[in-house]
Amino acid sequence: MTNNNSTPVLEMIHVEKHFGGVHAIDDFSVKIEHGKIHGLIGPNGAGKTTIFNNITGIYAPDAGQILFNGTDITGTPPHRIAQIGIGRTFQNIRLFANMSVIDNVIIASNMDAKYNLPGALLHSGQYKEDEKKLREKAIDLLSVVGLQDKLDERANSLPYGHQRKLEIARAMALNPKLLLLDEPAAGMNAEESVELANFVRFIRERFDITILMIEHHMDVVTNLCDYCTVLNFGKTIAVGTPAEVKADPEVIRAYLGS
Amino acid sequence: MIELFNNINASFCSLFGINSYLQGVIIMVCINVIAVLGMSVLTGFTRLFSFGNAGFMSIGAYATAILTVRYHVNFLLAILLGACFAGLIAFLLGSITLRLKGDYFLITCLGFGECVRVLFNYTKNLTGGSAGFPGIPNFSNMLFSVICAILAFFIAWRFIHSKYGRNLVSIRENEVAAEAVGINAFRAKRMSFVFSAIYAGWAGALYAGYLMYIVPASFNLAKSCELITTTVIGGLGSLTGSVIGAILVTVLPEVFRSMSNFRMLFYGLAVVLIIMFRPQGLYGYKEFSLKRLIGFFTGKNKKAKAEGKEGA
Repeated sequence: MTNNNSTPVLEMIHVEKHFGGVHAIDDFSVKIEHGKIHGLIGPNGAGKTTIFNNITGIYAPDAGQILFNGTDITGTPPHRIAQIGIGRTFQNIRLFANMSVIDNVIIASNMDAKYNLPGALLHSGQYKEDEKKLREKAIDLLSVVGLQDKLDERANSLPYGHQRKLEIARAMALNPKLLLLDEPAAGMNAEESVELANFVRFIRERFDITILMIEHHMDVVTNLCDYCTVLNFGKTIAVGTPAEVKADPEVIRAYLGS
Repeated sequence: MIELFNNINASFCSLFGINSYLQGVIIMVCINVIAVLGMSVLTGFTRLFSFGNAGFMSIGAYATAILTVRYHVNFLLAILLGACFAGLIAFLLGSITLRLKGDYFLITCLGFGECVRVLFNYTKNLTGGSAGFPGIPNFSNMLFSVICAILAFFIAWRFIHSKYGRNLVSIRENEVAAEAVGINAFRAKRMSFVFSAIYAGWAGALYAGYLMYIVPASFNLAKSCELITTTVIGGLGSLTGSVIGAILVTVLPEVFRSMSNFRMLFYGLAVVLIIMFRPQGLYGYKEFSLKRLIGFFTGKNKKAKAEGKEGA
């Protein structure tokens, strides 16, 4: 699990995904180095979320290979992907709506709990110790995202911005090495977007992780990403730093110019 | 051993003046409580609907009956084996059907329940067929049933309030997100299914030991429906609600004995009304708590809520 600098955290090689005749992703390749924030941008329907769903195992790619820290994870089911250290958030927030804020986070670290069924029924020492640890860890994470005062509130009673943060906290409870953020700034105004960008940067420093994010707001991308890939109709049309990408004539034509 | 148990029960009941009619009602309440608790874990906490739990009840009942009558197995062991056998069948069935989505799982459960009933009707040599299985020792006295119901509640409570229970609830809330935080939804669902089948088998075993005579027709689709409606009435996602629901659904027909022919009609009506006006069931996601009850009567809760709203 060590990360020498030569192995990228995530590498996708010629990945393709078709839905009937639609090429949702066409020959997509990317390499993301440890500690970097990589942006995926493109108009609606460009295939960004499909790429996420291929990495996280919701879909299996029709062709190509996905490597995580050098291990082939192509077609691994979603719960395994989460267990090996890829956390994600969703474009349309998917929280455990009727559960408390803290339980939302505790669930994600359930696999840290080593107790077995008899232990749970008899409240063994291991059970008590594990449950206490999970709770402490959840409180820690929620303090990081600034929700430590809302532990027992129901997740769907939180304001929108807080729900986004809770979703990130939940993903972080997996102790991921790679975090996938699907439009974290969606529905936010300029001021909130700046705050979010600072927050994402802070998360990266605090947990030393690598981030792949889908984003529509060009200012967030410029502000935050080290590299980005621009997609249009499933095809990669530009790769580079935000500044390079912004100057690319094809990107301007497909996306920014419109 | 059964005699000893029954003697203790008899002296206990005479001490508190509980007559045999009342004992019978209490035993039926306990049996239903156990079956409904299993249903509650499956339907209330995992949001899987099974119309086949009467089938698991009959498996538990027949297994216990056959073990005690033909093989003279101790009744405690027989109940345990009967319940576990129901769980084993659920494990096998769930392994095949739980990969199906939503409604399809429900349909297979419905089919399974009917298959079991028909199977027990045809296997005359083993089960006595539609004529029934007589001569089961009377081990389900009131005291024993109450102990079983309390134990069942205790186990279900601890199960739900552990990582296993949390896994189930997360699947109920959002299966895609549950998978994305590392929960193997298929295995968690299967666990929930097995849990509910074990409870159904347990309830069925007690039922056999109470009536001392069982027929496949007692475990028909109507029984499965009754379990589901009771769970819905009690509240999806509340163990205490399920217990209260089971008590209500068992006791009310006794109180309104003269109208007992219209029982199913009232169930239907109750479910429609509850779904219309209180879709979360009597208890919803909340568990019964004395604190909240006191708060409700003293008006403290409302005040706290109002303050909370102002703060937000």
